Amino acid sequence: MNRLLALALLSLPLQPLPALAQATGDLGLVIERATGSLLVVDRSDRAAVGRVEGLGDLSHASMTYSPDERFAFVFGRDGGLSKVDMLSRQVVARSVQAGNSIGGAISDDGRLVAVSNYEPGGVKVFDADTLALVADIPAAGKTIGLVDVPGRRFAWTVWDTGEVFLGDFSAAEPQVTLIGNAGKNPFDAVLTDDAHTYLVGLFGEKGVTAFDLWSATPKPVKFLKDYGKPSEDLPVYKMPHLQGWAFAEGQYALPAVGQHEILWVDRQSLQETGRTPVHGQPVFIIAQPASPYVWVNFATPLNDTVQVVDSRDHSVVATLTPGKAVLHMEFAPRGAEVWISSRDDNRVLIYDTRSREKLGEIEAKAPSGIFFTARAHRPGL
Amino acid sequence: MRSLCALLVCTMPAMADVAPDRAMALEHMVIQDCGSCHGLTLKGGLGRPLTAQALAEADPEILALVILDGIPGTAMPPWRPLLTEDEAMWIADYLKTKESP
Repeated sequence: MNRLLALALLSLPLQPLPALAQATGDLGLVIERATGSLLVVDRSDRAAVGRVEGLGDLSHASMTYSPDERFAFVFGRDGGLSKVDMLSRQVVARSVQAGNSIGGAISDDGRLVAVSNYEPGGVKVFDADTLALVADIPAAGKTIGLVDVPGRRFAWTVWDTGEVFLGDFSAAEPQVTLIGNAGKNPFDAVLTDDAHTYLVGLFGEKGVTAFDLWSATPKPVKFLKDYGKPSEDLPVYKMPHLQGWAFAEGQYALPAVGQHEILWVDRQSLQETGRTPVHGQPVFIIAQPASPYVWVNFATPLNDTVQVVDSRDHSVVATLTPGKAVLHMEFAPRGAEVWISSRDDNRVLIYDTRSREKLGEIEAKAPSGIFFTARAHRPGL
Repeated sequence: MRSLCALLVCTMPAMADVAPDRAMALEHMVIQDCGSCHGLTLKGGLGRPLTAQALAEADPEILALVILDGIPGTAMPPWRPLLTEDEAMWIADYLKTKESP
């Protein structure tokens, strides 16, 4: 026994370092929607370093990261909630928790993971360690726009009814409060980076509804109520996403629904400050960190193009055609690079954000969302 | 290669005047673009399920009209700017005969 132990100790320093020693701060996951797999990417190497399989239906999938950037929680369309270990590159826990789900969030302390569901509608909350069910909050319809709110809270909205809820999970018994009605058919919602304002985008009527979450009694405030009128709306071939709503230069950059425009709104007054005609129906409008620029992609059939817009004068400063069916863009946390997924070219394209030249590309199977681990430290993601 | 092409053509629904390469593009469009609301497996999402089972009672001509003109007051857009009537009919037949994955 002693000899064995001595041997083991002796041999330890000679072993290669175990995989656990790898840092995760520059890693990310790319959703491969058609194959139900995740591509593990290394931002520094601009390379794919592995693949995780067996995640079910990943159309419209999203994810969030644990505070230590080791685990990803992946929300699949088929109701599957999967916990993925970035080091072993394996699914370490999985729960098919609903028939059909749309997204999720992790609490500010990393203890709880919440999922918003379409079928049956509602929000389910899980222990982040074990994925054991902690709370099951039913809703009168499909839930959208689920975000984490500081203090182990979550906010969400119901597509069918327009109701907006704030759930407090800091005590043993969850407290869920109806904070108001956003309007007709809210399609998505987002929390500002300072966790101050919960913005709900409306599909069934013109406008956006803001809730002040710093207030003890948040109330709905509707703005942009008449944008786009009276001209005829264009068909919306893909719902805009609000996860990446840009907050630049004291403004919100919002996608006009049914118009090929970006709308600029002053954060304080909620008054429109300008419009930018763009290439198509905006899907994601994402601020390039540490810059005055926002990047925009578009709904099918105009989805081979990405535009860069200056938030100071609202002008389009660049138009790129990175590939076919551009679905998502993710910035390096300090903004030096943007990674762009081209679903129909089966590639992720990497661009330098200053020169806007392509730096590299990575093969991926029908890639959609790109998620870097740095998201772990940003509220509302 | 030739037998593969033959096989692909045979598995397409018999209806509608749509060339084989266009049919493949339409199938891609159904899975990917319709799939963004109806789910990649067409089992539903923001939009209703579009599996053959879910559409068993649906009239293909009416389905084609819904595809072309959308459903006002809902998120279903009119696809007429992007599709011909034959192509919409092809999609309706495709949806009604497609096997669930």
